[in-house]
This record gives sequence, structure tokens and C-alpha cells, in this order.
Amino acid sequence: MKDFRNIALFVLLVGMVPFLTDSGVMLNFVMTALYACLLSQAWNVLGGFGGQFSFGHALFFGTGAYVQAIAQMQWGLSPWVALPLAMAFAAGVGAFVGAASFRYGLKGSYFALVTLAFAEVFRIVATSVSFTGAGVGLMLPLQESAANMQFANRAGFIWLMLGLVALALCITAWLKNSRFGAYLQAVVALGVMGGAAMAASTCRIFNARRALPWGLVLAALLPCMAITKVLWLAVVMLLLAGWAGGMLLVPLNALLAHRGAKIMKSGRSIAVQGFNENLSVLIMLGLYSALLAWEWTLLPIMLLFSLPLLVAIKPWQARTWKT
Amino acid sequence: MLDLNILFPSLLNGITTGAVYALIALGLTLIYGVLHIINFAHGAALMVALYGVYMLKEKLGIDPYLALPIMVPAMFVLGYALQRGVINRASHGKDENILLVTLGISIVLENLALLFFKSDTRTIETAYTLTTVEIGPAFIALPKLVSFAGALVVSAVMLFIVQKTDLGRAIRAVSKEKQGARLMGIDVDHVYAMCFGLGLASLGAAACFLMPAYYVNPQVGNGFVLVAFTIVVLGGMGSFAGALLGGLLIGVVESLGGLLLGESLGQVGIFVIFIVVLLLRPQGFFGAKA
Repeated sequence: MKDFRNIALFVLLVGMVPFLTDSGVMLNFVMTALYACLLSQAWNVLGGFGGQFSFGHALFFGTGAYVQAIAQMQWGLSPWVALPLAMAFAAGVGAFVGAASFRYGLKGSYFALVTLAFAEVFRIVATSVSFTGAGVGLMLPLQESAANMQFANRAGFIWLMLGLVALALCITAWLKNSRFGAYLQAVVALGVMGGAAMAASTCRIFNARRALPWGLVLAALLPCMAITKVLWLAVVMLLLAGWAGGMLLVPLNALLAHRGAKIMKSGRSIAVQGFNENLSVLIMLGLYSALLAWEWTLLPIMLLFSLPLLVAIKPWQARTWKT
Repeated sequence: MLDLNILFPSLLNGITTGAVYALIALGLTLIYGVLHIINFAHGAALMVALYGVYMLKEKLGIDPYLALPIMVPAMFVLGYALQRGVINRASHGKDENILLVTLGISIVLENLALLFFKSDTRTIETAYTLTTVEIGPAFIALPKLVSFAGALVVSAVMLFIVQKTDLGRAIRAVSKEKQGARLMGIDVDHVYAMCFGLGLASLGAAACFLMPAYYVNPQVGNGFVLVAFTIVVLGGMGSFAGALLGGLLIGVVESLGGLLLGESLGQVGIFVIFIVVLLLRPQGFFGAKA
């Protein structure tokens, strides 16, 4: 959320620049800086987040430029219609190059080289075929009007550029946060692995009920997660939650499979277990979404969810099972 | 249309052009193929070497072929210093940093050349620039034949260095197992720098062979970088024989591509081959499975 607030602030501040100065040098500088910002965000997604260095971004840039020019000059489209079209084409070429190279698992220097080679192929083709104007290229006719995306003063270009930069920034911010979410999920998964490994070595199937207190830990952790504001604490808690999950689920699953195999057949018991699990997940998620839609905050929702867990586990603990 | 009288000269032209490509790729196969330093400054270094040959000819009147004993050590020193002083320091041992550092070096070198030599395309004139040799129905420029022979000699020398000398043994050890080599008392930084120096030294030789029939301007290297990488990957990383054959193959593909598709589309074949090889057989034709 902080990212998006900063982006809004940035757009507001830079958007005011044309009102503050008429200096051509200043406005040109802002325009070029925005342009550089747009290009670097384009590269940041793959290079910065993905760690894969593309040397072929000229290809996507060129595709966009050619489609924009061809759509305007040969198909007679308005530049404002051509713009999303050009973006779509460039994205399509990007998807193609990415799919082709990652499908064959190219990484590091191989990936850098293959992107460079793709760019080179397209460059040679573009300078040879006729609909791109071959070596001469395409030159848009000068026709000054906002409808033609050729603004009378630089302010129009700055605002257009700013809009695109804001879009790019929002997308990268969204990607960054979703990647962050993936990290946190990975932490949970690590915890589950640890818990499962430990459960496998310490817990015997005959006293699987000893795993039940771990359910209490899980129940206590959920509302705590909702009020945690410190990252490292959250990471520790997620790790612990994963661990508790592993410790709880592995013995219980083993028990269910074991008993199920005795009572019914193992195939049927797995089917019943799967049905019940998925039904519970569905009900939980439905309740969760409904409560969120009624504008409940996270903490009461988590408390609500952990209460029945506490209630359900307590009496079970007293009962003994015969296997 | 495609009778032998056109096809044969085109083939021959491709082979001699390919020999020049191979010469340039030989240095890269040592740097990229053996040590996995992805050197995007390779083209810029070639450009520097070409300017070196040009200056020696213009200012001191030294014939390009006689400039060999000057250019080869000079480029070796430049390579050693670049690796030891800049690339190694700035990259902190990470491959992706090396990529960016060498790209940065190439930009700096190119702009320095622009500053000192302007963007003019320059050539030198020698007595034998326009001499041709008749082979069957084809006429081949003498400098191209010389560079063909040069490519064979340089690859033989490189092969000898890597296979038979202590330095070569150290290079192979470092490329296989860096940590192990360090533990055996090999100065890894020194070996890297020597390797880089040797790679650039072969560029010095390539420049001497190339200049009588070619030109130089600050951007001249760009056209060669990707071609050189193509050849290295095509031939199998670190294989000198592979680089030589790959170079010749690429030269022929370009020449025949130009003949069949028209001159401006001629190079497309190279990069299509490159993409297909990278996707389907990244270890190249002569390389071991990665």
C-alpha cells in the first residue's frame, strides 16, 4: 500500500512541473527522465526481480514503435487506439521470446545471448521487408493536435509519459508485493517441511493424539499473525505456524489413513477424507470472503476461526482411540 | 540461376569471411567458453585493436602484418589489466555483474574512440589490398587468404597453449574446479587475467589480419560481438576446433544467405541458427554435455 501511496505522490508532484516552469530545458529534462524511468521499469521486472538479464529489450521497443507507426499510417487508426495495440503486440513478442527461451530452460548468459539474437533477427527483418519501410524506416506526418497525440506543448507529452510511467510503476509494485507474498508462503512451506520431518521421527501412530496440542499452537498463532506489524516476527510466526501444521497434520493423516484402511478400503477412505477436507476449505474460504466483504477487520475474523479449533480439539484430547 | 560459377565463389567468399569470424571467436572461446566470463566488450576490444593497427600504419608506416609483434603483446597487456583491474574488481565474482561490467567497458571504449577518432570510417592502403588470387572460377582477395591462414595458425597456437603448457593446465583446472585449483596453489585471479589477456591478444592478431581488407570506425565491433558468441556456442564452449569450424560455417551461411535472400537479409541465417542451437543443443556441436 505504501508503494502505491508513493506512486500517487510522485505522479502529483511531477504532474505539476509544467505549471511551474516554461523552461524548455527543464521540461525536456523531465520528459527524458520519465522516458528513462519507463525503460528501466521495463527491464526491472525481468532483470531486477527475475535475475535474468535481457539484452533484447530493443526488440520489444522496436515492435511497439513499428506497430504504432504502421497502425497510424497504413491502417489509418487514431494514435490513441494504436497505443494499446502497440503495447499488446510488444507484450505478445515478449511472451513469445520468453516462452521459447524458458521452455528450453535457458538461464544466465545463454538467456542474455538468445534475447540479443532474437532482437538481431527482428532488426534485420525490419530493415529488409517493405511494410516497415525497410532501411529508410517510417516517418509519421506532423499534424499537431491532441487527438493525434502530437501535442502543441511539452506538457501534453509529459502527462502522457507520466501516465505510462505510473502504470508501469503500479504493475511493478504489484509484482513486487505478490512476489513478497510468495516469499512468505515459502516460509510457511519451510516450516511445514521441518514439522513433518520432526513428526515422522518423533511421533508414533499409536499416540497420534499427542499431536493435537500443536493444533492449539496453530489456533493461537492465527490471531497473533493478524496483529503483527514487524516483518521478522511475522516470519518467525509463519515458520512456527508451518511447523505446527506439519506436526499436527502428518500424524493425523497417518492415523486417518490407517484407520480408514481398516474400516473401509484405503481408496475409499482417501476419497472421503479428500471430500471432507475440500468441503471444509470451501466453507472456510466462503466465510472468510463474506466477512471481508462485510468489512470485518482481520483480527476478529482470525479469532472467530480459531475459536472452534480450540473447542474442537479439547474434548478429543481426552478420548482414547483404539487402532 | 545457381550455376557453379556463382555458387563456388560465394562459397569461397563465405569460407574466407568465416575465417575472419573464427579468428575473432577464438579469443572469445577462451574467455567465454573456458572461463564463462561473458565478455560483451569483445567487439569494442577488436575496435581498439583495429585502431591500433590503423595508427601504426598511418603514423609510423608499419605494415599491418609486421605490426603483429607489437599488437599481440599490447592487446595482451590491455586484456590482463582490464580483467585484473576492472572486471574482477567490479564484478565480485557474480556472472551477471560481469555481463554488465563488460557491457559498460564496451560503451566507454566506444565513446573514447568517438572522442579521439570521430565517427569517420577509416581504411588503410597497402600494396596488396587489391591483389586477388585466382582459384578456379573465383577471385579471392589476397588479404582474405592470408587471414584464413592466420586463423589456422592462431587456433593452433591457442590449442598448444591450452593443451601443452603449464598455464594451459592451470586454465583447464580453474575452468573445471575453481575452488580446487585455488587449494592446489593456483593463483586463480592471475589465471583469469592471463586468459583474458590471451583472448585479447588473439584479437590483436585478428586486427592485423583484418585491417588490410576491412575498415574501422567506433561501432565496427558491434557487428562482430553476437557473431562471435554464435560461433563459440555453435562450436561448443571452449573448443578451438569447434570455433574454427563454426566460424567457417557461419561465414558460408552468411554468404549463401546473402546470395539467396538478398544482401540485407544475409545475416538472418546466422542468428536463426544461433537461436535454434541455443534452444535445442546449447552444448554446441563439439561440446560435451553441460
